[in-house]
Amino acid sequence: MSTRTSLLVGLALLVLLALVPVDLSDIGVPYPGLRRYGTYILTLWLVTAIAAMGVNLIVGYAGQETLAQAAFVGIGAYLTAIVTKAGMPFGVAFAASGLLTFAIGIALGFPALRVQKHYLAFVTLAFSVLCWLVFRNEEWITGGVMGIRDIERPSFLGWPLRNHVRFYWFVLGIASIMTFVLWWIVRSPWGRAFTALRENPLRAESLGIDVRLYTLLAFALGCAYGGMAGSLYAPLVEFIDPSPFALGPSLLFMLMVVIGGSGTFLGPFVGAGIAVLLPEWLRAWETWYLLIYAVLVMVMMAFFPGGMVGLATRLLTRKARL
Amino acid sequence: MTALLEVRDIEKSFGGVQAVRGVSFDVRDGEILGVIGPNGSGKSTLFNCILGQLVPDRGSVRVNGRDVTGLRPSRLNRLGVSRTFQLLQVFPELTVRENLILAGQEHRGSRLSRLFGPRDAGLGAEADRMLDFFRLRRLEDETAGSLSYGQQKLLDAAMAFMSGSRLVLLDEPAGGVNLTMLADLRERLEAINRETGVTFVVIEHNMEFVMALCSRLIVLAEGRIIAEGAPADVRRDPLVIEAYLGH
Repeated sequence: MSTRTSLLVGLALLVLLALVPVDLSDIGVPYPGLRRYGTYILTLWLVTAIAAMGVNLIVGYAGQETLAQAAFVGIGAYLTAIVTKAGMPFGVAFAASGLLTFAIGIALGFPALRVQKHYLAFVTLAFSVLCWLVFRNEEWITGGVMGIRDIERPSFLGWPLRNHVRFYWFVLGIASIMTFVLWWIVRSPWGRAFTALRENPLRAESLGIDVRLYTLLAFALGCAYGGMAGSLYAPLVEFIDPSPFALGPSLLFMLMVVIGGSGTFLGPFVGAGIAVLLPEWLRAWETWYLLIYAVLVMVMMAFFPGGMVGLATRLLTRKARL
Repeated sequence: MTALLEVRDIEKSFGGVQAVRGVSFDVRDGEILGVIGPNGSGKSTLFNCILGQLVPDRGSVRVNGRDVTGLRPSRLNRLGVSRTFQLLQVFPELTVRENLILAGQEHRGSRLSRLFGPRDAGLGAEADRMLDFFRLRRLEDETAGSLSYGQQKLLDAAMAFMSGSRLVLLDEPAGGVNLTMLADLRERLEAINRETGVTFVVIEHNMEFVMALCSRLIVLAEGRIIAEGAPADVRRDPLVIEAYLGH
């Protein structure tokens, strides 16, 4: 797809997504929009997709592994909750979440880069557990298991975002910018270098690509996406406690990328959609949804390693050939 | 002619096995030097010591008079030294054109300018030239993984020239390539050497290929240089004959 076509498709999708929660019956379109809970789920999908985009950059493009994305989401969420409750603007909290998680990503990735891959996974696993312990035990700052409540939704240019549709539009705007930034990176020579790391680091190094530096950049950028997703998560749910930032949710982020299509641009959106919507659809089965999710992952790994996006691409290519 | 590459007293052991034992030689600017020897003679270890993939136990490597011993391959590449590998090392999921651009992009501008600059890092014209030169034009939009083995070898070689390197080390470029493609590859390498003066060091098992391509040969056996000189002279050297027949 050419750059122009990609941008036009992206813009059309953006307009469509902006209209999803809106009641269009006033303008003669028989569509009632979404209720408050539906809009909340849609916003949660966007926030989850931002964090999954970060995992996709690390795992799908750069070929590394991370088991700490939920911890980075947690850092962003707690930082935002603490900073905004102290009376500072949301913009400052959002930027600080991105910068802090980027810096932690650099500090965490640097020692692990001599060995990469599985060792990076072990380092992130340990970091994930460490963060969860801090979130749970350091009550003086995180509120411990009682968490932090009454996190205010911000205003944007004097426009209060308490209303759920307005907040959805705000998150949609930020998600669009972050999607555009990532699209730009993966299409640039940086993206090509990331792919080279994944496919053949030995050859990449011999072509002048600084494998350590690019791996570190991909890892830190992915972590920053987690931090910024967390910064949006806190005012969305208005109450945070340690449970969504444990090791389990980090594994879920990995699975989202696998299910959606690792290394494909739309994969994280599809994977996040399934991860957010599946528990809603399977609510009647309560915790059985995890079992269904696990079976889905196994089927995907065995028969469609390219995930849902890979499967769709294969079907479309086959249809075009007929 | 001045020495572009100076290798002095390189030694490398793995446990109790001494793979390279005090190898020294010079490569003059613009020449094509062949490194031959039976299996296990230390050719690939020597190559890897020169190219920073392995750190030698002793000795030094100089490029253009600068000591580059143990320098990381990426830094060595940015100093104008490229290589190909014995086993195919293209990027199978990228197209032929993207493989070529990737091979040269780190030599264009700063890292930040590559993020905000054009997608092809300004290497479109250079990639076109290389596609035509290596007769890969009709395959430019194919993924490298879908190419035949010989075509991938051509692409692998073409990638080594995208960065404008002055010194290229080719590790068994003829390995597994059919006769027609082999003649094509040799002719392309000779043309590059003739037209741009790029210096080559070639490890090769295919005697016919290496004798026809190289102006000078070094023969290794058991980690040492046992003969050096023009291909015709080396072919008649009794030590060389013994080393090959002995294996």
